[in-house]
Amino acid sequence: MLHIKCPYCGIRSQNEFAYGGDASVKRPELNKDVPDKEWDDFVYNRKSLRGKHIELWHHVSGCRQWFKAQRDTATHEIFKTATMNEEI
Amino acid sequence: MQKYSVFSLIKNAFSDHMNWEVAWKDPTPKKEYDVIIIGGGGHGLATAYYLAKEHKITNVAIIEKGWIGGGNVGRNTTIIRSNFMYDANGRFNEFGMDLWRNLSQELNFNVMFSPRGIINLAHSDAQMNAYARRGNSMRLNGIDAVLLGREEVKKHIPMADFSDDVRFPIFGGLMQPSAGTARHDAVAWGYARQADSMGVDIIQHCEVEGFNITNGKITGVRTSKGEIKAKKVGLCVAGSTNILAEKLNMTLPIETHCLQACVSEPVKPLLDGVVTFGAGHFYISQSDKGEMVMGGDLDGYNSYAQRGNLPTIQHVLTGGLALFPFLSRLKMLRTWGGIMDMSMDGSPIIDKTHIDGLYLNCGWCYGGFKSTPVSGWTFAHTIAQDRPHELNSELSLNRFSTGYLLDEKGIGTKTWVG
Repeated sequence: MLHIKCPYCGIRSQNEFAYGGDASVKRPELNKDVPDKEWDDFVYNRKSLRGKHIELWHHVSGCRQWFKAQRDTATHEIFKTATMNEEI
Repeated sequence: MQKYSVFSLIKNAFSDHMNWEVAWKDPTPKKEYDVIIIGGGGHGLATAYYLAKEHKITNVAIIEKGWIGGGNVGRNTTIIRSNFMYDANGRFNEFGMDLWRNLSQELNFNVMFSPRGIINLAHSDAQMNAYARRGNSMRLNGIDAVLLGREEVKKHIPMADFSDDVRFPIFGGLMQPSAGTARHDAVAWGYARQADSMGVDIIQHCEVEGFNITNGKITGVRTSKGEIKAKKVGLCVAGSTNILAEKLNMTLPIETHCLQACVSEPVKPLLDGVVTFGAGHFYISQSDKGEMVMGGDLDGYNSYAQRGNLPTIQHVLTGGLALFPFLSRLKMLRTWGGIMDMSMDGSPIIDKTHIDGLYLNCGWCYGGFKSTPVSGWTFAHTIAQDRPHELNSELSLNRFSTGYLLDEKGIGTKTWVG
């Protein structure tokens, strides 16, 4: 069982959260010519590395806020969590 | 190579089974190979076998960081099926079914292929319609499919909960009678033994640390046992695909996730084939030893841990109990996990890459075992001929750019939800 620290509610059990994937993915800029490669990288291509991973979580059975977490994908240690507008 | 038979078994019994030949050698790597296959799992071993057998390329090495068959080929729940809707997936896997049917004879190794059928349960009229469509698509590709009504399902699995007050009442199901199971370790060992006998070097405990690429062409790999030159290199590393892709400066439409499975204590035979309960995120079969073999959801977040988390097991078995209440009286024997190369449309990739001489076999999600023979067969063709075979021409890497996706389940890019 992961124990995840919601930046708004504090430490709660994994059962209250939903996962949201890689948080480092950036949507291509609006109103700009975007090459196909950039769309591919945004929609499909992922690094998904072993080790530190910055990802989105949703406190869906709690305050319903989305936030960011830095977690190790091999050990599942969660190093820190942050609100969406904070750098991690 | 010593042929396995009842006579060799009797003969070796007289010497207390102390004089069996080793099944495969433990060679030190040569300086150079025609082809290096990275990954000594089912797909890698099958690829090497078909390279030697179908294409007469025997100067081949398989490089494995652990021991052969220690990854997903030894961790799956052994289900073999070809109940796909899309032509590309259906034809590919039905070709594989033909390879399965003859595999024990071909490898002179009993892989215990046992086609006892798979039933996907349906719980609404809409789902019955969807399964009728899927079944028709399968039959158009020559795959057997039977739409079962509620009473017919009851004949196959009378011990399921058929009462009316359940959350997901059983309306019927789609059955592929020719689907089944096999002994997974035997598949790996059978391919390894035959590949070795044809001259393939199986190099275990040898981790790839980097690639040598000159002018856009692969020239070899750097490993924990030194540099090895190669004209061609094939990647068959499933859950480690993203790790090697990083060393190649590639990003792929793949995410790595942990999938768990579990077995109960052995009981007398009660379940003949495989039953999937999609609505309950649960599937089940019974092994020859009598254990109930069960699985379901991914752990739900990117993971390289080859062991899982208990909330997922609890979730999966809650679904299992809803379908088969008798499971509550069984003890759990083991749970384990493996890491999956989840592709963004749920279908695999067997293709060339932008690097000359480098070939990619990945994206098997949680369905790699059933495709082991056909994956090896088509990947060997792709490597030997430097172009995909017709069977894997649509399992291309660039389909994510062109939009010709094979999204069998239609779940999009949230790989962890599937």
